Amino acid sequence: MPKPGTIESAISRSGLFTEPQERFKFQQLEAACQYFDDSEEALIQILHRAQEVFGYLRDDAVRFIARQLRLPLSRVYGVLSFYSFFSTVPKGRYTIMVCMGTACYVRGADKVLEQFEKELGIGVGQTTSDGMFTLQTARCIGACGLAPVAVIGDDVHSQIEPDDVAGVLKAYR
Amino acid sequence: MAFRHPGGVGSGPLRDGTERELLVCAGGSCISSGEPAVFETLAALLARHGLSEKVKLVGTGCMGSCALGPIVRVLPDDVMYVRVRPEGAERIVAEHLVGGRVVEDMLYRDSDDAEPVRSPSEMPFFNRQQKIVLGNCGLIDAESIDEYVACDGYEALATALSEHAPEAVLEMVAASGLRGRGGAGFPAGRKWRMLADAPGPDKYIICNADEGDPGAFMDRSVLEGDPYSIVEAMTIAAYATGARKGYVYVRAEYPLAIRRLQIALDEARRAGFLGRRILGTDMTFGIELRVGAGAFVCGEETALMASVMGQRGMPKPRPPYPTQSGIHGAPTMINNVETYANIPPIIRNGPDWFRSIGTEGSPGTKVFALAGRIRHTGLVEVPMGTTLRELIFDIGGGVPDGHEFKAAQTGGPSGGCIPAQYLDIKLDFDSLQEVGSIMGSGGLVAMDDQSCMVDVARFFMDFCVEESCGKCPPCRVGTRQMCLMLDQIAAGEADADTIPKLESLADTVASASLCGLGMTAPNPILSTLRHFRDEYEAHVTERRCPALVCRRLIRYEIDYEKCRGCGLCARKCPTETIFRIGGEKKFRIEQSGCIQCGNCFEVCPFDAVVKK
Repeated sequence: MPKPGTIESAISRSGLFTEPQERFKFQQLEAACQYFDDSEEALIQILHRAQEVFGYLRDDAVRFIARQLRLPLSRVYGVLSFYSFFSTVPKGRYTIMVCMGTACYVRGADKVLEQFEKELGIGVGQTTSDGMFTLQTARCIGACGLAPVAVIGDDVHSQIEPDDVAGVLKAYR
Repeated sequence: MAFRHPGGVGSGPLRDGTERELLVCAGGSCISSGEPAVFETLAALLARHGLSEKVKLVGTGCMGSCALGPIVRVLPDDVMYVRVRPEGAERIVAEHLVGGRVVEDMLYRDSDDAEPVRSPSEMPFFNRQQKIVLGNCGLIDAESIDEYVACDGYEALATALSEHAPEAVLEMVAASGLRGRGGAGFPAGRKWRMLADAPGPDKYIICNADEGDPGAFMDRSVLEGDPYSIVEAMTIAAYATGARKGYVYVRAEYPLAIRRLQIALDEARRAGFLGRRILGTDMTFGIELRVGAGAFVCGEETALMASVMGQRGMPKPRPPYPTQSGIHGAPTMINNVETYANIPPIIRNGPDWFRSIGTEGSPGTKVFALAGRIRHTGLVEVPMGTTLRELIFDIGGGVPDGHEFKAAQTGGPSGGCIPAQYLDIKLDFDSLQEVGSIMGSGGLVAMDDQSCMVDVARFFMDFCVEESCGKCPPCRVGTRQMCLMLDQIAAGEADADTIPKLESLADTVASASLCGLGMTAPNPILSTLRHFRDEYEAHVTERRCPALVCRRLIRYEIDYEKCRGCGLCARKCPTETIFRIGGEKKFRIEQSGCIQCGNCFEVCPFDAVVKK
């Protein structure tokens, strides 16, 4: 049996990806923990890295972090469940964030959101069945001068209107 | 830096051979408007025309006028091109740089038949501002420490370390009268003194770069456009108070700011401005970046510190205050980004200079993020005491499309709405409180007759419900209840008791909540009730929404004269409640089946559907 808390034990339990891919992911995660000297103070920073590497906070990745930082699992889950940025379910290939800040709201963001819901057939917080898009709202991304704003992946779509939604989505399919 | 310096075009140190400088705004908003393509096109064309040596191309931080981006400025000609696309970039190089002719149709015009404006100094949006905090934004390459230093960067730190004792620096900050720019307006000098007097040796300095208020992007622009100013200011603060370690807590929603801050920290360390033996003295100070994870409450001091320590962001009672017990129980001082950005100028120019700007009770300037129903959305910095009217109409260009100004929302979810009759109010900490709002961090959202104030209050209360940490019942339960009551009012289901109950609950939540989130959550309700009570009453007693926003209270009707009988509305009606009028081509809506979805209103090509 591989020693608990090691990369080997984590990989042997996951079975989801090829071993080299899995190994590399956990190595990156281990490197992140070491960068912060396995300090519990850096838990949020490490969770960010884990979400980057794994796409979401997979249970085995969370357990790995707990062991590395010598923290109870409940503490780690307690922190990650507090912050809206962290997700324990896989996200779509593209995350659509419709900004619902004050300026965007005043300029009709709710209608833009509705149009996204209509076009994708899902509600806020859900992912399309083909795994392409996750729809979320953001509270304010700070581009208020260009309201309303939707961020898809890394692209920022400013002054977006309901009529633009279908065309914008097409570009990502 | 040949032609750029906050002191004025042409007052910077000369660089041999440079004939022109092209400044391209690379703030977050302009990047999303297509700046990278414009920048690349310019770079490629300059190379192709053999101009790369003579023309310096710089990507700067936010220039302020988001709605006009991407923006390209040509110096020393002092010409500003707006809404530039890659094709436009080609014309700038070919026609202006090579051909020597300004490209007139790419200049700003106030209206289609107005004269084009060449220089920002001709536009009230720019010439009415006084840029101190934003002094370098839009002028320098935010990632270059050399450009920062060339614009008087690190002069303040050098002066402080070589000419002033820590005590003297504390006095300068106190004498300047600088008040915290995060929203509370607490005197910065007093806070610094509290940390300096606290027992050492472990003391911490934090920069609150969480900027959670929706509608605010002032701090974002400083972090993206002039990150070194924050690093320098924190180092000066460490010198004055004896702190040895600092953190910048940035929200995760600002990836560009995070990147530029990390670069600034690394470069400052390499240059000896941070770390051990700063500027050759025996001062040691290090700064670490901590990224947030999407919690508005982490903008609150005690929650922020918990988050810095990797915990759930739940506030704690105060006292003890951070300067008494903060990070790991040690004295900690937290200041906002904009507060720090004022420090190097104060040290360089002296406290008296700072006092000469703004008002007696609120010296200095304030950066406002103009958003909402206003022509010139973007970032502006004006002296405290500027009137709301000046800000919205002279600088902001007024409300577009012929609508009427209704209210200015300041202070985010902790603030209030200021109606038209107070347009001549002077914007400073004290006067805004008198009308039931707060300065807040500087977010200012303009609203016109198309906004319903009940709906606005509901929007903010919904936000507070989501963001409440859940620890104390007044906030956790109280905000939800207030939200439900507002839902009732917006749906026409309120009765005579609802508003009095809402007011009473608002008072309870304000006085019994543990932290600032709960304490100020009722503000939008209280301020809209104070200034727009008639709107609330209309919803309750007449079941009518005067602004025609609250869906359930809108009555859709077809204007007989305008209807052409095309039938599009009937086809799009989800409850099939639109019928032809007996024996005619035209249509009418059978109200009993109407669910007020608004589809008919959206699709009618003849604007024949009206809202009442």
